Formats: sequence, structure tokens, C-alpha cells
Amino acid sequence: MDRRTTIKWLIAARAAWPLRGLASVASRPASAAGYGTDPDLLRHYAPGELWPLSLSARQREIAAVLSDLIMPADEGSPSASAVGVVSFIDEWISAPYPEQQQDRTVILAGLTWIDAESVRVFGRPFDAVAPDERRQLCDRVCDVASADPADAEAAHFFDRYREVTAGAFYSTPEGRRDLNYIGNVPLTSFPPPPLELLRRLGLA
Amino acid sequence: MPFVTPESMQAHYDVIVVGSGAGGGQAAYTLSMEGARVLMLEAGRRYVPETETPMFQTPDEAPLFGEGTPDKPFGFYDATVDGGWQVPGEPYVSDEPAPLGFTWWRARMLGGRTNHWGRISLRNGPYDFKPFMRDGHGFDWPIAYEDLAPYYDKVEMLVGIYGSNEGLENTPDSPPGCLLPPPAPLVSDYMIRKHATALGIPTIPAHRAVLTTKLDATNIPARLHPGNPAAQHILATAMRERGACLWATACGRGCSVRANYQSPTVHLPPALATGRLDIGTDAMVYEVTLGPDGKARGVSFIDRRTGRQHTLRARAVVLAASACESARILLNSKSAQFPNGLANSSGLVGRYLMDTVGSTVEAQIPRLESLPPLNEDGADGHALYMPWWLYGEQKAGRLPFARGYHVELGGGRRLPGFGTPSSMQWLSPGGYGTKLKQDFRRYYGSFVSFTGRGEMIPNERSYCEIDPTVKDRWGIPVLRFHWDWSDHERLQAAHMQRTFADIVEAMGGRLRRPIETDGAKAISQGGSIIHEVGGALMGSDAGRSVTNAWGQTWDVANLFVADGAVFASNADKNPTLTIMALAWRTADHMLERMRRKEL
Repeated sequence: MDRRTTIKWLIAARAAWPLRGLASVASRPASAAGYGTDPDLLRHYAPGELWPLSLSARQREIAAVLSDLIMPADEGSPSASAVGVVSFIDEWISAPYPEQQQDRTVILAGLTWIDAESVRVFGRPFDAVAPDERRQLCDRVCDVASADPADAEAAHFFDRYREVTAGAFYSTPEGRRDLNYIGNVPLTSFPPPPLELLRRLGLA
Repeated sequence: MPFVTPESMQAHYDVIVVGSGAGGGQAAYTLSMEGARVLMLEAGRRYVPETETPMFQTPDEAPLFGEGTPDKPFGFYDATVDGGWQVPGEPYVSDEPAPLGFTWWRARMLGGRTNHWGRISLRNGPYDFKPFMRDGHGFDWPIAYEDLAPYYDKVEMLVGIYGSNEGLENTPDSPPGCLLPPPAPLVSDYMIRKHATALGIPTIPAHRAVLTTKLDATNIPARLHPGNPAAQHILATAMRERGACLWATACGRGCSVRANYQSPTVHLPPALATGRLDIGTDAMVYEVTLGPDGKARGVSFIDRRTGRQHTLRARAVVLAASACESARILLNSKSAQFPNGLANSSGLVGRYLMDTVGSTVEAQIPRLESLPPLNEDGADGHALYMPWWLYGEQKAGRLPFARGYHVELGGGRRLPGFGTPSSMQWLSPGGYGTKLKQDFRRYYGSFVSFTGRGEMIPNERSYCEIDPTVKDRWGIPVLRFHWDWSDHERLQAAHMQRTFADIVEAMGGRLRRPIETDGAKAISQGGSIIHEVGGALMGSDAGRSVTNAWGQTWDVANLFVADGAVFASNADKNPTLTIMALAWRTADHMLERMRRKEL
């Protein structure tokens, strides 16, 4: 989705529905510099340290609700927002790099759309409707291949938003534990797979 | 003596080595360990892997989860400093944009690209030195496998390479005591090996420069430096200081315990300990200076910290700045005697650039789903690979391309990161919510990849020259690249795709995307595999090559090239091990000539 399309789409949304306190979603280029070609690799960087975060409080609210629909809490791990995914997304879309700037355009427009669409369909903003109603909206746009052509851009937004949300989620310690990843620890030797497992798979 | 500035450099050295990577590191090591006084000049900054390497850092600690950016194209934790596909202030020109034009990865740091490389360390085989003799394409080297074999032995013992001897065609065995034990294969490796073997494809332990055990510091030093007890003592100490692999944290970040090969942790510490090696960093060499006697007098460089020009003298000069950068220095070293660039009377400097053919297939294997949690970090890189196996088919004319490829295997339960879910999402179209989390748990660790790495035949259309107008931030003219694959490479890439799909099918797997049977689409961008070699080919005829069999330029007796530029062919075997073996051989030759007062 290019910038022109996005703006067209936003104008249409604005015309139909008031945006209820959402900050302007016009994409502004980040003015901060990147971390350069020789950053300190040993430091722990928190979102907001290298360049200012830029989501409004309202955008963060919607982002949290949507992220938790994509990665909800279950028996394996907490929800996306509980492990800091919203701040990570804010860091991502605020970054001064071309890929992230492109995502910024898509994601800010998408957050606006989903809230406005919720108002249009259910008469209440996205964070105020029932979970079932939120899922109805998501079901419309969760699959780019099968989405109604009228929802195509929203489906592309959802696809990318899911990618960034899940990418952030599985980058955290909780996400690694959820996948039962047990590496990244020093070992004195590296054992072969258990013989029993290899036998079960017909490999020994 | 170790790290020097232009002010503290000596007026005169035996040898100036330009570059500090695989070729420069090896040349400086051999020369200084055997008595020569050496100055190494590196364009980038000093780099200390022991204190700078992000060992065990996880994606959540990095900006943008460690994902690549224009500042750090291979990810935040990649070891590369001040480099990538572009270096600020140091442009290059390609005759065509991506994906057709040549792309050039550079680093500006001590040790160069040895800090982040894949550590894959394969010997060229006997066929690889005489390709023209075998099939009439390309060029033969002026040396045979037997000439380089003793140096492969030495390099393997010095840097530490894991692998095994399998006695396969054109896939040389190493003598006893050279190789370290290979790491255990992963579950996915076992499965690939089973099905590939049934298809007639050999799957054997990979060769990588990672210490699966500590080096034999008791016996190796005497084998590498016979009759030189001082060198033996220094090397034994350096070997004991290197730790064995911790079986965690990616090699591409570098290694603070020095368990893998990077020049600053392997070649340079013993060389510095001799007291005969000076290293000047931030020194951008732009010219080899020529004396009235037609010999190289030394080099001129720009101190990147001050912008000032300096000129130094030496008895001999070794260029090991990387294939293209060495060609650039030669082409920019113009004089009345060499108006087209130094050592370029043949007109062949910059010609016959080669990269490696690359093509990859990814797949998901249902039988690998939901396996019990295992630590599969291993030695980070692949444990098994497939050497080229169709020499007979090629000889019989049953394949439409002349040269082979090997296959590097991927799989296992790797450290999750930003890209992990998007690599699985295609199996859960439209998925979100609890179901998506469950799907990811099921699919994580069930993926395999096949990465083909094949030989490119040198051609007239792939070369670099000096751009007539563009200069870098110091006013040094930059390279302009021209690139074209031939059908030999394109058809080879298509063959990779079909072969990998066959293996996936035999495993009952699912391809992530349809294979690409059009070779022009299946093949990687020129330069993108970062195996660029050629540009100052060695040969047996002064009119048809730039250097002789010793890397000595035909035109200038005390000027040597000791990096990938001298490669007369680019076998499917990754070039680094061969660069080191050639550099050691060149340095031995230089030492012999210096002893005879011929240099």
C-alpha cells in the first residue's frame, strides 16, 4: 500500500466516521538518526532509548487490544501486551529506517481503520466492543487470500500487524519458553539426539 | 610493537601487508612467525572480539529485535563493523541495479569479513585446479592440488576445522591430525541423510572452522614450525588460550572465547607475540608506489582519522585487501610505466570476477512436528552437507551445465526471533489467537532448508574497472562492476531447486513456496553470496594472467597478491580455506626469496 493509497483510504474513513480522538495518522518521517554502523552490541536497549516512541495513548490502547487478539494469554504464555509487545511495536514503527517507515504508514492507518470500522459496524470503538465483535472484524481481514476485495488493504494491514506482533512476541523470553526453546546456554559437550527418539522416527 | 599510528610506524619494513582478513592474516602470521618484520594496514578500526562480541544476547535486548537495517544488514548482532552492502562515503557503481547487477559486501574492521563468515572450510579438490583440462571451460590454475595440499594441512591444524574423511571423488581427505571431530547431527539432519542417501546423494559431516575440541597445542606447533622453537612456543601459548565451542550463540557474531576462526583471534595474536608485526588500523591504502627500478617501493594510504596521506616503504608488498579492493588498488596505482594500473600489462586486472551460485529451498516436515524439546544449537552452522555427487553424469554429458555444487543443510530448534513466526505463518493461513499459538508450538523446529552453493565459470562479462567519475569520500576513484551469469550457472541453479524438491518430497515434506525452475530466477544476485574471487588471476603465462603460481605479479617482482583475487576458478567449495592455504604458500615463497636476498 503506497502513501497515496493510504491517504485516500483515510480520507474516505474520515468522511464516513469521526476518528474519535485518534492522533493524526499522517505518516511523518522520523527525524532521529539510526544506531549507525558501529553500535555498542553489548548494551540492553529498551524501546524509546535510540529514537523517540511516537504512538499516542489512544493508538497504544488499540494496538494492545489487537495484539492480544493475535497473541492472547493461554496456558503456554502471557498475552502480547503483557510481555511488552506494544512498546516494541512503537519502537518498530518509530524507527528511522525505510522498512519500518513503510510499516508505520500501514500500521497507523490500519489502527485507525479498525477503530473506525468498529464504530461503523457496532457503534462503539474497537476497545469497547465485545470480544466476539472484535473477532468478527478480524475474521473479515485475517487472510489476505480470502478477504473481500473491499477489505484488501485492511487485510494487508492485519497481515503485517500480525507479523510484527508475533515477531515481537517470540523475541521475548516468554515467547522462547512458549516454544520450548532450551538453547542459548553454554554446554561442555553437544550430545546427539536421544536414540529412543531417532528409533521412533525410523532414523536409527 | 603491536598497534601503531602513522607517527609510530617505522620508516621501513620487510613486508607491508594490505588487509587483515583471511589472506592478510595468514600472510602476516607466516611472515612474522618465520622472521620477517611486517606492517599490516587495515582500512577499518581495531576490533577486539574478546570484549566486543555479543555472546548470548537475545533479540529482545537489541533494537528492532536484532532485525537487519541499512546500518546492520545482517542483523544487529552480526559482527560486521562499519560495513555491509554499502559503506558510508565509499560508493561503488554497478552497471545494472539489483537483482542483475553486482553487489559488494565490505567490512571496515580488523579481520575484515573473517569476523562474520559462515566458517565453512572445504578444500578444493584435484579437479578444481584443472577445470579447463577437464571440460574446456575457464582456466586451469598453474598449481595442482598436490602443490596446495600441504598448506591445506597446515591451515587446518592452525585454525581448527571440524570434519571427516569420506574418500569421495574430488572431495579431499585430510591427513591424520588435521581435522577436529564433527559435531553431532540434528534430528532433521538424520532425516535428510536417510532420504537423500536413498536418492543417491551423499550426506557427510560438514567442514567448519569451529573448535569442537581444544587444539592439540602439544604436537601441532612443531608440525607447523619445524626447527623454529620460538614460533612453536608462541603458537602453543596462543592455541591454549583458545576455548572450545560453547555449543551456543551464533558464530556470525564473532566469538569471545576464540572458538571459531576469525583473523583477530587466531592469526593475529601469535603474530603480534613475535614482536615483528605492527598493525596500523584506519589506514585506507590507495596506491602501491613504484620505484625507478620498476619495483614496488611501498604503499600510500589515508589515515581515516585525520584524512592525511602517508607513504611507507618496504622490501615487498602483499595485497590482501579482498579480491575487488586489491584490484582497485592496482588499477589506481598508475605510473608512466603502468598507465593502466600496476601489474596490469596483461590488461587483466579486474577481469574474470566470480561469485558462487546460490539457491535455496525451504520446507516443512510433518514428521518433525511436536518433537520433545531438545537443545539443537550445536556448532551453530550445519553439521552435515552434501558434496557434489554427479561428476560421472557431467562427464557423460548428461547434465546441461558443466560444474557442480554442494548443499548446506538447515534445520533444528534455533533461537526464536522476529522472523520465526513469519516463517511458520504460511501453514496457518488467516490464523490468529490461541489457535495460532498452538500451531506455532506444533510447527516450531519442523523446518528444513537446502542451500546450494555452486561453481561459476569465469566469463568476459563479469569484471570491475575504475569508474571514470565517481570517487569516495577521500577522493579515491571507485570500482564500477559489470556482471552476468552464463547458462552454466543458471541451469545449475534450476537443478538445485529440482533436486531439493525431490528430497523434500521423499521426506514427505511441504515446500514453503513452489520451486523456481527458471534458472534466471532461481539464481542469487552476483556478489550476494560474498564469495567474490578473481580480478588478478594466477596463471602460467604472463600475457594471460596477473600473477604467477606464487601470487607474485608478473610485472613487479616484489609485489604479491594473497587474497581471492588470484583464484583462476571458483569451485563450489567456499573460498576462505583456499585463500589461507595460498597465502601461506605465498608467504613461504617470499621468506625463501628473502633468505636468498632476492627480495
